[in-house]
Amino acid sequence: MAMKRPALEAKISNFLSPLVIAGAGGFLVVIAILPKIAEMIRTELQSALSPTWASVVNIALGVGATVFLVAQLPIFLIWFERKVAAHVQDRLGPMRVGWHGVLQSFADGIKLLFKEDIIPEGADRPLFRIAPVLVIMGAFAAFAVIPWGHGLVISDLNIGLLYIVAITSLGSIGILMAGWASNNKYSLYGGMRSAAQLVAYEIPTALVILVMVIQVGSLNLQDVIAAQSDGLLGPNRWFVTRMYGLNLIAFVIFFICGLAETNRNPFDIPEAESELVAGFHTEYSGMRFAFFFLAEYGAMWLVAGVAAILFLGGFVGPYFSGPLVFFLKTLFLVFVQMWLRWTLPRLRVDQLLALCWKYLIPITLAVLVAVAGLSVQAG
Amino acid sequence: MKEYLAGIWVSISTIAIGMGVTLRHLFVPSVTQQYLADENPEARWKSQIVPEGQLNERSRMRLHVKIEDCIGCKQCEKACPVDCIYITTEKREKDEAPIFASDGTAIKQRVVQFDIDMSLCCYCQLCVYPCPTVCILMTPEFEFAETSKENFLYRFAKEKPLQPPAEKKPQEPVAAGA
Amino acid sequence: MTTARVYKDLEPDSAYAFKPEDLEDDEMILNMGPQHPSTHGVLRIELKTDGEIVKDARPHIGYLHRNFEKHAENIDYQGVIPFTDRMDYVGSMANSLTYAMTVEKLMAIEVGERVKSLRVLVSELQRIASHLLAIGTYGLDIGAFTPFLHCFREREKILDLFEWLCGARLLYNYNWVGGVSHDLPEGWTDKARQFLGEFSPVIEELDDLLSLNKIFTDRTATVGIISPELAVAYALSGPNLRGSGIKWDVRREAPYCGYEKYDFEIPVGQGRYGPIGSCWDRYYVRVEEMRQSVRILHQALDKLPAEGDVHEKVPKRVKPNPGEAYARTETPRGELAFYIVSDGGLIPYRVKGRSPCFVAMGLFHEIARGEMIADIIAIIGSLDIVLGEIDR
Repeated sequence: MAMKRPALEAKISNFLSPLVIAGAGGFLVVIAILPKIAEMIRTELQSALSPTWASVVNIALGVGATVFLVAQLPIFLIWFERKVAAHVQDRLGPMRVGWHGVLQSFADGIKLLFKEDIIPEGADRPLFRIAPVLVIMGAFAAFAVIPWGHGLVISDLNIGLLYIVAITSLGSIGILMAGWASNNKYSLYGGMRSAAQLVAYEIPTALVILVMVIQVGSLNLQDVIAAQSDGLLGPNRWFVTRMYGLNLIAFVIFFICGLAETNRNPFDIPEAESELVAGFHTEYSGMRFAFFFLAEYGAMWLVAGVAAILFLGGFVGPYFSGPLVFFLKTLFLVFVQMWLRWTLPRLRVDQLLALCWKYLIPITLAVLVAVAGLSVQAG
Repeated sequence: MKEYLAGIWVSISTIAIGMGVTLRHLFVPSVTQQYLADENPEARWKSQIVPEGQLNERSRMRLHVKIEDCIGCKQCEKACPVDCIYITTEKREKDEAPIFASDGTAIKQRVVQFDIDMSLCCYCQLCVYPCPTVCILMTPEFEFAETSKENFLYRFAKEKPLQPPAEKKPQEPVAAGA
Repeated sequence: MTTARVYKDLEPDSAYAFKPEDLEDDEMILNMGPQHPSTHGVLRIELKTDGEIVKDARPHIGYLHRNFEKHAENIDYQGVIPFTDRMDYVGSMANSLTYAMTVEKLMAIEVGERVKSLRVLVSELQRIASHLLAIGTYGLDIGAFTPFLHCFREREKILDLFEWLCGARLLYNYNWVGGVSHDLPEGWTDKARQFLGEFSPVIEELDDLLSLNKIFTDRTATVGIISPELAVAYALSGPNLRGSGIKWDVRREAPYCGYEKYDFEIPVGQGRYGPIGSCWDRYYVRVEEMRQSVRILHQALDKLPAEGDVHEKVPKRVKPNPGEAYARTETPRGELAFYIVSDGGLIPYRVKGRSPCFVAMGLFHEIARGEMIADIIAIIGSLDIVLGEIDR
């Protein structure tokens, strides 16, 4: 008998798909006019409440909006990744679940919610439960300092860049915990490899950030963007075009370190699918596994966002500024991350570490010295 | 030192070339053929290399027997390597009217049991060749999934046995979960 | 630990498995079990590891044993051919060819020219298809996901050609004792030429994307070194042997089906990125063999005799005289051979298949010592094993 598509499935799909696509469109519109909305809300609050309460409610709304955004992003990114992967491989990707697969992420999320929560016998129960929380916290807490527009930031820390580096390294503890607590040799391998990788790649990341900080003079992310306020031409243009190409090298190195920090191919040895089944998250099922997944996509976006801010001007664009420009730049860098994933094979763990210690760190140090010299010379 | 820099250059160049290939493939149309049986049954097979309509002719999918043409020679039963065909025949009475297959061969036996167990069939087509009247065929029909194993025992015979005890029992298909 | 208890219950007397009592400090027994994404079938490899370095490796086979040789003692000669297809299910044209050649040797049948050309055609197409699968899955093991799909897209075209020719995509039952089962349909040769035209740029693209990629060469060119002496001592054959630099191809040494008339080169490993005999050499020998197969295919399509009945020499009943015969061919995996003993009846007395992958697994523990776990995957992939052939 030929398989027929169930009528109910077609009805649900045809009903929900336009909603999702309209929602995405509405989201983009809101991002585009976000400064005006934020301004409106601020003035309303200041006229209605006392100053402290106004700022508290403002920040709470900002937190809520960021949490909402950061929770929705993986849903879109998962669909985007699957489509990019498919078209690179001459396939179509998800097509059935919604128009061209737009409901696929929702379907996967609902499926993961319904899965049985298995904790393996002999696993370290408290650590097993805490590990996904640490990983996702490490990825999402850094969004507190990412500025989306002039003044559109939850907390304008003076040590913003340092905060980001510190918080993302919390994720590595989570992965190590997950590998250990699973009572599984494969997970242990994955966790150990990941710990070595993440700790090693913190160093070039911090050094590259140091390179940029020399040029800006402050760790505050808003100052970093203010130092690039001229767009593509002018004395205050985007950092990536300055310093005679040294900043371009720094950009590439930061991008590579970012890939390694988020365990993406070619650095995905901790979750190497073909070797260790699924590495450190082999034993996780259901929503706990979903946490690891969400953390990976959140961290991807974070790395791309920080790269856009540090090198490509953040929300300051060539012609017009605003959150939409920042969104598009980050999306482009995320696309480059996915592009690399589907092109390159995996590095073995010792080659990965050799790359870091023997190539990235010396080159970064050389760039650092050169940039410091040029900055001193320029006054 | 030279090897160090050469290594860096080779890495960057090969990675860039690889990324170029991948980017080019982003814009090549996909080759996936979606299963659209419910919407458009004809739009199923578009082979990239074979002209349309030609693929199905020799495809070995479901077995079919034209039982009117079967003369009961049991050649297909002997040829099958996995013994999935079960045939029982009886001699026709002398006073019955002579019947012929479609190519004129006289049918001298009555075929009272012609069972094919499709779950055992290995789709080798060795049963098709020995048949003198070409009544057993492998057709290109591939959508014959069943929900229980008993449905895979295809019974083609139409005649009833005159002497009941002579029937050969095929091996009982094992019910799922037993 | 729970896991150790379970294994002990299943194999109480296995003298072959590692014993937990024999472990030294820091060593661990890791089981790349029968279900694993990368072992190309149901192969179980037990590794004794010290951190990431493998101290010893023992492959356990037999999870796919289907009693092929016992079945062959109960079925007539032509009926064994579907069973030989299922031995190496990735390159089944080659298996049935070897078997058919052995029985023809037993019965002293000489097939016609057209049959020989058709056999060469399908063998070379099968070689390309099998190597595409080997290359694609090897890339997948190493972590490159895209070449897998590009290779399979080309393989689809070959499988479509085969389906047009004989009706099946993977298990063909095409080479019969004394001939082949179907003749070419109208227009098949034109479409085959079209496929070859489309295929040659794909091999170049594969070079760009995978073979010459620095990450790939770093992963594979320094591991799994099989020296020529080791290869010959363990009776390797096929691309595994040629990757170590030895020019040995059954199509040249003991030609069959008219291979002496075709002009082709035998690629050998040259140690381009590392020592000779590395995984990369074996992998690249397969890529080069695909190029040579394209060359042979062009010649075969040009030289195809226009006439000849493919069922001419197929005997009505295969009943050889008592005796024995041994014939070997060059399959995509190496030198496959069948040894058939006949007692004069309709059913063979004994059929033995000599499988090249089984031999390759025999040398696995020699090259696995001292490598890391990631390299074990690279080594298995480069040996290009198919469990159906190892276990039969």
